[in-house]
Amino acid sequence: MDQPNEKQVLLEVNHLKITFHLKNGKQAKVVDDVSFTIRKGETVALVGESGSGKSITSLSIMRLLPIPPGEITAGTIKLNGKNLLDYKNKEMSTIRGNEMSMIFQEPMTSLDPVFTIGNQMIEGIRRHQRISKKEAWGKSLQLLKEVGIANAEKVIAEYPHQLSGGMRQRVMIAIAMSNNPQLLIADEPTTALDVTVQAQILKLMMKMKEEHHSAILFITHDMSVVAETADRVLVMYAGQIVEEAPVRELFMNPKHPYTTALLKTMPNLEMDVKRLPSIPGTVPSAYALPEGCRFAQRCPFAMEQCHSVLPEVIHMLDEHKVRCHLFTEEGVLNHDEKRNFA
Amino acid sequence: MMYMIRRFILLITTILLVSIITFGVFQILPGDPVRTMLGTEADPTQIENLRSELGLNRPLYEQYTDWMKGLLTGELGNSIRFSMPVTDLLSDRLPVTMSLAGLTLFIVLLISLPLGMFAARRQNKWSDMSLSTVTQVGMAIPSFWLGMILILYIGMQFSFFKISGYIPWTQSVAGALSTLLLPALTIAIPQIAVNFRYVRTAILEQVQLDYVRTIRSKGMSEQNVMYKHVLKNSMIPILTVFGLIMAEVVAGTIIVEQVFSLPGVGQLLITAISNRDFPLVQGIVMYITVAVVMINFIVDILYSVLDPRIRLR
Repeated sequence: MDQPNEKQVLLEVNHLKITFHLKNGKQAKVVDDVSFTIRKGETVALVGESGSGKSITSLSIMRLLPIPPGEITAGTIKLNGKNLLDYKNKEMSTIRGNEMSMIFQEPMTSLDPVFTIGNQMIEGIRRHQRISKKEAWGKSLQLLKEVGIANAEKVIAEYPHQLSGGMRQRVMIAIAMSNNPQLLIADEPTTALDVTVQAQILKLMMKMKEEHHSAILFITHDMSVVAETADRVLVMYAGQIVEEAPVRELFMNPKHPYTTALLKTMPNLEMDVKRLPSIPGTVPSAYALPEGCRFAQRCPFAMEQCHSVLPEVIHMLDEHKVRCHLFTEEGVLNHDEKRNFA
Repeated sequence: MMYMIRRFILLITTILLVSIITFGVFQILPGDPVRTMLGTEADPTQIENLRSELGLNRPLYEQYTDWMKGLLTGELGNSIRFSMPVTDLLSDRLPVTMSLAGLTLFIVLLISLPLGMFAARRQNKWSDMSLSTVTQVGMAIPSFWLGMILILYIGMQFSFFKISGYIPWTQSVAGALSTLLLPALTIAIPQIAVNFRYVRTAILEQVQLDYVRTIRSKGMSEQNVMYKHVLKNSMIPILTVFGLIMAEVVAGTIIVEQVFSLPGVGQLLITAISNRDFPLVQGIVMYITVAVVMINFIVDILYSVLDPRIRLR
C-alpha cells in the first residue's frame, strides 16, 4: 500500500503485525498485516469496533505498547522515513511528545493527580525545548488560553481533580500540542465526554491542528465524528484494515460489506425505526481467527471462498482500497449477478 | 484547614478515650498495689493507712479527674516502686527509647524504599523473586530471637558493639551507635520485610495507571516517570503502612530493650507492671498512646501534603 503521493508522507506503517502473549500460553494476533500512510497535515480516521486492534495500532506507533505481553512480530513504522521500531527507548523518548504526541480516551485518569497542571505542562515543554522555567510557564499559559481555558492563570496552578472531564481533555490537548508535533494521535478523545462537550473538543482539535500544522490520526468508533473531521478513513476489523478511502468516497461509495453495515448503524433523523440497527454476530476472537475472511461469518454476501481464503488488499480507483473477495482491481463485483449493492 | 481541625479533634478524642481505658483497667486488674508494696505480712490498719495516703479509698471519678488534672499539668504522681515522680523517671528514659525508635525508622526507610522500587522494576525476574522469598522469611522472625542471634554473631564478634547499656548521643555519636545499632536492626528487619512488600505492590499498582502512559507519551525519561511521578503517588498508600509500622516500632522497643538491657521506657514499663506500680504504668501507657496518636496525626498531615485531593475535603 506504499505509494508516494504528491503531498509528503509523514507516517508510513507497513505490514505491521502485533501478537499478544498471554499467561496461559495463548497467543492473540491483535494486529495482522496493517499498512497505511498519513501525509503531512492530514486527518486520518481509524474506525472500528472495540477489540478491532485500533488502539493497539496507535499505541505501537507511539511505542507505548506494553511489551510483554505485546510483541511486534513484523513490519515497520516510519516517521519521516525513519523506522521507529529500530530506535532504542532513549532515542524514542526524544520523539515522543515532540514530533508526535497522543491524547487518550480517559481524561479523568490521564493526568497525574498529585502535580499541578502547570508542573505537568512545563516538564513536557522543557523536555524537548531548551527554555527557562519562566518561559515554559508563559508558554503553558498561552497554550491553556489557546485551548479555550478562560481562567488559565488559575487553572495552571490547580490539580487535575479540580477540573471537569472536558477541561482535563483540553489540558491534555494543550500538553500534546505544546511542542508542535507533526503527528497527533487521538485515541477516542471524546468518548468519555458529555455530548455537548464532545463537539467543542472536536472543534478545538481541528483548530489546533490547523494552527500547529499537524496531522491527526483519529481513532474512533463513531462514524459521525469521522464524517465531521477526517480527510481519509481506515476501517479496521479484527486486526486488519478492510477498507481505506477518502471520507466522501467512503460515505458515498462504501465497498466492504462491513463498512456498509457500519454506516447503516449510524442513526439519523429520517430513520423511523423502533430499534437501532446493528450488525448481527460478533467480532471473532483474536485467539481463534477464521481461516478465510474475518468478516465472512457475519457477512450477508459471503461466498464459498470467503470462508477458506483470506482476501488480499485490492487497489481500486480514487485511492480506494478494500480487502474483500467481492471486488477486483477494476472495481467490479465478482458476483454482480447475485448481489445488489445499492 | 478543615481537614487539620478534624484530625486534631480526633487526636484529642483518642487520647481521652485511652486515658479512661488505662485508668479503668487498673480497677479491674487482679493484684492489689498496696498489698504488693507491703508484702503478705501486712496488717489491715497498715493497708488502710497506705490506701488513704495514695488516695485509693476515694470515689473512682475523683481519682480519675485528679489524675487527668495531673496529666494536663505534666504531673503524673509518684512511682510507688521508685518513690520518684513519674515524669522524672520518664524523662530519664525517653531519650533512649526515642533514639532507638528514630534510628529504627531511619533504617527501615533507608532499606525498604529503594529495595521495593528495585523489585517492582524487575517484577517476576529472579532478583525480585528471591527478594520476595527472603522478606517472607524476614517477616516471620520473632524479634527476641533475632536480637539474641545478633548479639551472638555480631555483637560478640566485633568489639565496636556494646551489647548492653546506653551511651547518649550528646556524649559520643559512635558510642550511641555502638549501643543502638543492633537493637535498631532487631526491630527493623521484620519491618523492612513488611514495608518492602508494600512499597513493591504500591509501585506496581501505580505503574499500570493511565497517567503513567501520559507521562511516557510526553517523552519523559524513565527516571522522571519513576522517581518523580510514580514515587510521589505511591507514597500515599505507603504512608498508611508506615503509620502502622511506626506503632509497631514503638511497641517493639519494649521487648528489644529487655534483650539488649537498654535503660529505656520499655524496660521501665516491665518493671512497673511486675510491681503493680500503677501511677508509673499509667504514665507510660499514656506516653505510648500520645506517641502513637501523634505519629498518626503527623501521617495525616503528610497525606495532605502529598495528596492535593485530601487537602480540600
